[in-house]
Amino acid sequence: MEKLSISILLTISLLPFLCSSFSPESPTDRRILVLLDDFSFKSSHSIFFNSLKSRGFDLDFKLADDPKLALQRYGQYLYDGLVLFSPSVERFGGALDLAAVLDFVDSGHDLIVAADASASDLIKSIATECGVDFDEDPSAMVIDHKKYAVSEIEGDHTLIAADDLIQSDVILGKTKIEAPVLFKGIAHSINVANGLALKVLSASPSAYSANPNSKLSSPPSLTGSAISLVSVMQARNNARIMITGSLDIFSNRFFTSSVQNAESKIKYDKSGNEQFVTELSKWIFHERGHLKAVNVRHHKVGEADEPAMYRIKDDLDFSVEIYEWSGKSWEPYVADDVQVQFYMMSPYVLKTLSTDQKGLYHASFKVPDVYGVFQFKVEYQRLGYTSLSLSKQIPVRPFRHNEYERFITTAFPYYGASFATMAGFFIFSFVYLYNK
Amino acid sequence: MLARTEPINGTAKPKPVSSPMNNFKSDLLNSFSLKSLKLKTKQQELLIRVSILCLVYVLAFITRLFSVLRYESMIHEFDPYFNYRTTLFLTQKGFYDFWNWFDSESWYPLGRIIGGTLYPGLMVTAAIIYWTLRFLRFAVHIREVCVLTAPFFASNTTIVAYFFGKEIWDSGAGLVAAALIAICPGYISRSVAGSYDNEGVAIFALLWTFYLFVKAVNTGSLAWALASAFGYFYMVSAWGGYVFIINLIPLYVMVLLITGRYSLRLYVAYNCMYVLGMLLAMQIRFVGFQHVQSGEHMAAMGVFFLMQVFYFLDWVKYLLNDAKLFQVFLRITVTFTVGVGAIALGVGTASGYISPWTGRFYSLLDPTYAKDHIPIIASVSEHQPTAWSSFMFDFHILLFLFPAGLYFCFKRLSDATIFIVMYGLTSMYFAGVMVRLILVATPAVCLISAIAVSATIKNLTLLLRAKNKVAQTASAKGIGSAKSSSKGLLDQSQPFHRNGAIALLLGAFYLLSKYAMHCTWVTSEAYSSPSIVLAARGAHGNRVIFDDYREAYFWLRQNTPPDAKVMSWWDYGYQITAMGNRTVIVDNNTWNNTHIATVGCAMSSYEDEAYEIMRSLDVDYVLVVFGGVTGYSSDDINKFLWMVRIGGGVFPVIKEPDYLVNGEYRVDKGASPKMLNCLMYDRARGVEIGNKDVKLEYLEEAFTTSNWIVRIYKVKPPNNRW
Repeated sequence: MEKLSISILLTISLLPFLCSSFSPESPTDRRILVLLDDFSFKSSHSIFFNSLKSRGFDLDFKLADDPKLALQRYGQYLYDGLVLFSPSVERFGGALDLAAVLDFVDSGHDLIVAADASASDLIKSIATECGVDFDEDPSAMVIDHKKYAVSEIEGDHTLIAADDLIQSDVILGKTKIEAPVLFKGIAHSINVANGLALKVLSASPSAYSANPNSKLSSPPSLTGSAISLVSVMQARNNARIMITGSLDIFSNRFFTSSVQNAESKIKYDKSGNEQFVTELSKWIFHERGHLKAVNVRHHKVGEADEPAMYRIKDDLDFSVEIYEWSGKSWEPYVADDVQVQFYMMSPYVLKTLSTDQKGLYHASFKVPDVYGVFQFKVEYQRLGYTSLSLSKQIPVRPFRHNEYERFITTAFPYYGASFATMAGFFIFSFVYLYNK
Repeated sequence: MLARTEPINGTAKPKPVSSPMNNFKSDLLNSFSLKSLKLKTKQQELLIRVSILCLVYVLAFITRLFSVLRYESMIHEFDPYFNYRTTLFLTQKGFYDFWNWFDSESWYPLGRIIGGTLYPGLMVTAAIIYWTLRFLRFAVHIREVCVLTAPFFASNTTIVAYFFGKEIWDSGAGLVAAALIAICPGYISRSVAGSYDNEGVAIFALLWTFYLFVKAVNTGSLAWALASAFGYFYMVSAWGGYVFIINLIPLYVMVLLITGRYSLRLYVAYNCMYVLGMLLAMQIRFVGFQHVQSGEHMAAMGVFFLMQVFYFLDWVKYLLNDAKLFQVFLRITVTFTVGVGAIALGVGTASGYISPWTGRFYSLLDPTYAKDHIPIIASVSEHQPTAWSSFMFDFHILLFLFPAGLYFCFKRLSDATIFIVMYGLTSMYFAGVMVRLILVATPAVCLISAIAVSATIKNLTLLLRAKNKVAQTASAKGIGSAKSSSKGLLDQSQPFHRNGAIALLLGAFYLLSKYAMHCTWVTSEAYSSPSIVLAARGAHGNRVIFDDYREAYFWLRQNTPPDAKVMSWWDYGYQITAMGNRTVIVDNNTWNNTHIATVGCAMSSYEDEAYEIMRSLDVDYVLVVFGGVTGYSSDDINKFLWMVRIGGGVFPVIKEPDYLVNGEYRVDKGASPKMLNCLMYDRARGVEIGNKDVKLEYLEEAFTTSNWIVRIYKVKPPNNRW
């Protein structure tokens, strides 16, 4: 049973093959490859890296053009996560290239991509493949004349104090991020064709993307809150990707600097960057918001075993257990909006599951009066959570020939008529034949 | 009954010799009419008749084994695979599970109630044969039983044909009919070894029912009518063609009534057969209440009531002595009855209690109906109108003997010959409407031709014998062309008529041997191909076998997950479930037109639209048949226009003219743009001229068989990152 549910989980996550340590049992990443343009980033972004290390991650720093770069060996991935802090790299070293990065994601691994004004085509094309388009103008940056961060150098409105965060406790943690997040970098937008990418940190309506050093001659292509500063994308296999146009957002300097929004009077001693980035990285590396559904069970009311087939109008019990990964252990997931469908081309039964607060969800219903190959479907897609998409096929058969009612009360006149006719015919024959 | 005293020449071909010559009143036998010898002759005659029948029985069986010798003992074509699968289920799970079988592996996701949507006669027959053999400790496999069921029943049919021929003409005609039907290609086409289809047993049941009914009419016996009802029950359980019986018999009765041949024998035979047959037929789930509710069966019911009226009128006539009064009464009664019947039919139809005729029935009466209204019926090649050549191919000389036989039948009209004439004429019409119904016409054609042959031979031998007492030994082989021979009989005064008769006999012998050769050739060359394994002549004249279908199905069985769903055009549905053991979306049981149209729509749409449809049907694999490499002509692109028509019948988005260029169907470079871009084209003509190097976005090639006939594509899951 356990194995079955595991395999269900695997199939729903559409993993082409399994990686070694990112197991469904403990989904948090462990080994992370960090690619840098320059080893100096190690010290300039040390707070971020140290927070990862302190949470138990095993970081492997490499230069992006290191000729020995490889994500996998003998078909096994060496890393669970990839952090690209190498915006200007034109070509990765070793066996790494665009396709390898995408394969890495498609096999269920996580990715953080940080670009900046020097972003190379390679980085941009990785982002494009993940549903996010960077501004095509290489010199453009995000400029906001209203919500810029007040700093010493007057007139530089490319340092933005952004506070338009996504409303999701799952992605950004329960603690509200009070201070604005400092951002300095390039703009991107979510490709409308991509339904999976989300803006986590959006620019204010007054922002636009243009070259700050030249006069604005034509209207900027990206403006207002269409500009995304930080985006995430959860792929269908639950690989999580974070894309941002600012490498500095992770830097020690931004983490520690004070921030004041040009429009507001409040000055925060510390920017929201550390909290924002840390919480977001927890989500990216599956420390939060990872659900699993196990023990999908169904049986007739009053029975314990799962039948191979139901009959129309059977009463059945359906149950599934859903747990959330807390970073260390699986905790019961509690929600009141999990629904099960009894589905054949369209849902015939749609029922909200009741929970016992310990992770067990349960519903009982009557099989509809329609035969066919049905599926129990649990499609649970909530913002920030991994998508649960379970389906279990079960045929529903019509009545057997001896399962109908044998005698129908309303038909008694007909039975009476039949037998009366038979008796009458017999008597008539008898009289006719022998009573001449 | 007169017997010949001369010893029968044992070396001669015995067919016509054994005819008892009922009407032969010859005086030359007197000298030898010793009682002991007479008896001996009778015995000899019986012996010869039985041995001929045995030989014919064996011949009918072994001539159908070509396919086993050529290929191997396997099930042929499409439908037989379903029958085989159900028979296997029946033998494994027992009758009740079979009766209640809900099959979730076909028609995904609707499923199919197999027990309620098939004619179980064939499967039950094969299973009983199987169980009997097992009981007798013959360790046979059920497949062998299935493969040999059709030849076995073909052999049985020859016996029935003999008795039928004897009933309507004489035992000579019966023997000839048995011999003719044993090798007639029209029948062999559906009953070679491996052709495990309903028709295999149904023709036997059909002829059996007819024979028993004619017997019942001739004798007026309740027992024969009862037997006929059971024969009808077997026919209903075996094949949907029983509708032919339930319409032909009332028609026949009607003709007898009109021609003033009403008799109590007819009354007993028809009433018993109809009432009991109807009640028995209702026990078949697939037929159910159709006998009282469907328009196709109403003729039988009408005739049934008419019979009662006739009986009543007879009774009244018996009571009334006044002829004038009776005439008045007759007129009133007939008007009243017809009126009541018409009103009942009108009310029943209007209230929906009596269902209107089905499309299949209409298409039989009006050959153009299906083409205009029901593309799914018209799309089947065996539902096409018959070409003259296939008449010639399937009947050969019987086609010429048939009118001659009709002539003889009209010359000696009786209840029985009227029946065979009716059977022959109606079935010939239906055979002209649909290719597959040649099968139904075959027994009638064989019987009527046998009458022609037998009567001719008898006349010729009479002629010879009358002139020359020793001519009898020569009488043996020939069977002649009817017209000329009867002329020969008439013009007895003509000189050289004896030589003429001999010449005619020789000519007839030549023709009949040609018939035998033709039948054997057709059987071995045309009708023994299993169509699942293709054979062709290679460049050097050697035989090349393409076993791609089974290769593909085996691949599916071995390499796909057990719950994978395979989409293909419906022709291959049965084979995929039976051999590949995978769920299919549509199959050869075309009960749900919308579902088939959905598949047709998917096949004829652009790839992205098709992808949506395939996702909604949970399709994992797409199987297409591609003849481009091997030149195999009946591939999916040939059927493509039907996909368009069927798909367009339900989804008006699909329009046939989009796929045609100037009203022509082209698959090469000149094909229409819509055509070149649709999914089916990509699948089936992936490398064909017209649109080379097709790139598929939503599908990927999973498997291609060694001769590229079957190609299987896997439906890709949705893009991970989009």
